[in-house]
Amino acid sequence: MILPFFVIIPLGAAFLISLFGKKIKNFADLLANLATFSLLVFSLYSIPQVFAHKILVYKVGSWIPPIGICMVLDGLTSFMLVTINLVSFLVTIYSVSYMEKYTDKYRFYTLFMLMLAGMNGIIVTGDLFNLFVFLEIASIASYALVAFGTEAEELEASFKYAVMGSVASSFVLLGIALLYSYTSTLNMADISLVLSGKPTNTIVGFIAVLFLAGFGLKAALVPFHGWLPDAHPAAPAPISAMLSGVFIKTLGVYALCRVFFNILTVSHQLLFVLIVLGLISMVVGAFLAIAQNDIKRMFAYSSISQIGYIIFALGVGTPLAILGGLFHLFNHAVFKSLLFLNSGAIEYSVHTRNLKKLGGLNSRLPVTSYTSLLGSMSISGIPPLGGFFSKLVIIIAAIQAGYFVFSIVAILVSIVTLAYYLKFLNFTFFGKLDEVRLKIKEVPWAMRLSMIVLAIICVASGLLIVPLFKPFLESAVNVLLLGSSYKNAVFGALK
Amino acid sequence: MSEYILCFALFSIGLYAVLRKRNIIKIIIGLGIIEYAVNLFFVLIGYRTHGRAPILAKDQSILNMVDPIPQALVLTSIVIGLAVTALIVAIAIRIYEKYGTFDITKIRRLKG
Repeated sequence: MILPFFVIIPLGAAFLISLFGKKIKNFADLLANLATFSLLVFSLYSIPQVFAHKILVYKVGSWIPPIGICMVLDGLTSFMLVTINLVSFLVTIYSVSYMEKYTDKYRFYTLFMLMLAGMNGIIVTGDLFNLFVFLEIASIASYALVAFGTEAEELEASFKYAVMGSVASSFVLLGIALLYSYTSTLNMADISLVLSGKPTNTIVGFIAVLFLAGFGLKAALVPFHGWLPDAHPAAPAPISAMLSGVFIKTLGVYALCRVFFNILTVSHQLLFVLIVLGLISMVVGAFLAIAQNDIKRMFAYSSISQIGYIIFALGVGTPLAILGGLFHLFNHAVFKSLLFLNSGAIEYSVHTRNLKKLGGLNSRLPVTSYTSLLGSMSISGIPPLGGFFSKLVIIIAAIQAGYFVFSIVAILVSIVTLAYYLKFLNFTFFGKLDEVRLKIKEVPWAMRLSMIVLAIICVASGLLIVPLFKPFLESAVNVLLLGSSYKNAVFGALK
Repeated sequence: MSEYILCFALFSIGLYAVLRKRNIIKIIIGLGIIEYAVNLFFVLIGYRTHGRAPILAKDQSILNMVDPIPQALVLTSIVIGLAVTALIVAIAIRIYEKYGTFDITKIRRLKG
């Protein structure tokens, strides 16, 4: 059974790194890369498992689920695990060179592994309180990672993030407490079973709103987005890539849609709230991004905008829209982490992130420049790349569902996205090169390697929609479409 | 019923402190109050009138016992709260070293 290893491997790696990282040279680098590589292999191995068995349930300590804790492997779980572990593996390769400039590299890896353990835990768990615990592990590690540089701005961003994040966690805990008092159980499938036996009650709507506030803040939807543009730029580049690439999707989008679709099976009114929030995030994020002159800050606002697309698609709720949303989630994980790694490479060689002070880096940093060209084109939806197909699917699905005006807004926002990415490319890579920068060299091979691999995935990810690879996405979509029959699947697997 | 209302009042006091106070230490205290309000609420959910702890000893019969699960969960939640508080206080001390003040309105280098 592979499921517990997704939590055990990163937790064990974090423990060992913190013990021996300082004493043995290069131990932290090696162990962290080994751990993330094995996690990637395990997550890829989970795909055929899901096709063979549909759903697998692991009983922690052999306690039978409604009483004990269980871990569930289904299509959505395996999809998210592949996304997270792919990005985290490439990010650890990148950090080998990038983190050289910081002291105490092993502490960085310890926190990184803790964050990874939390994220993997959120995805595999089938118990609501367990989800909260993993959510807190991942959050606390990320507060510390944002402040890792301990400069004034980083501390300020981390403080802001920590305060808002803790309030969000309290909302989630309050929701769990209310749900426990209403259903007397914490197992996700069992909650769904108890709720289906009870008449509809306003308390379920209230709990859903509490979860929306809690997970929505973690996902940085617009009324709750204040921390993201500070926290993501302040972190070291690999962590920005992790936070923007997969962290907000795991803690926010995944947890939200698991709770909303499979446990509470919320009403259409609440899904409409998701549509509106998604739309507002899309528009506000895009317009704030144009005005930025800091590369990472621009990317951070762009993350808000793209998360808006995903939430919008999930809110529309038709099978095609959910497919588009999850497809965009995967694409965004790839190209946003690529772009943050690019910004890290620029900062590594030029020591500034201000667009006004850059220019002409095309000749000096060819790998960075071409990979970020691919990333930018993919995120703004230029045809052969992955981002185009996911946005197309989302917009077609929205038109089919009758949200005609909203889909026009989504298209317009996509054009705005193209505008600010052209601004980024233009100011950074084209134009005149500063005299003092004639000598700079391309970044080390480890950083180049992970950027190139991510760029290749960026180009190839459009293939996920062709019939050969589509079952991978569809098995994830089917889990969300199951709705409340998720409980039957889980209890069926237990027998 | 009144204890739930008091719980809610405690939660609101914490939220007020987080939102309105200018001193970052007071904001951290506000966070603590929010956490305690939620924990208290969680424990109250498991309470039964005249219930006792669900520990079964020899030749004892328990007629009415409280629900032990919320107590176990709240223990976990308190530990998590401790970790968060310790981390935020450490960050607050570092902020004081850098900015020389605890006033949140003067800690504003990030804008836009």
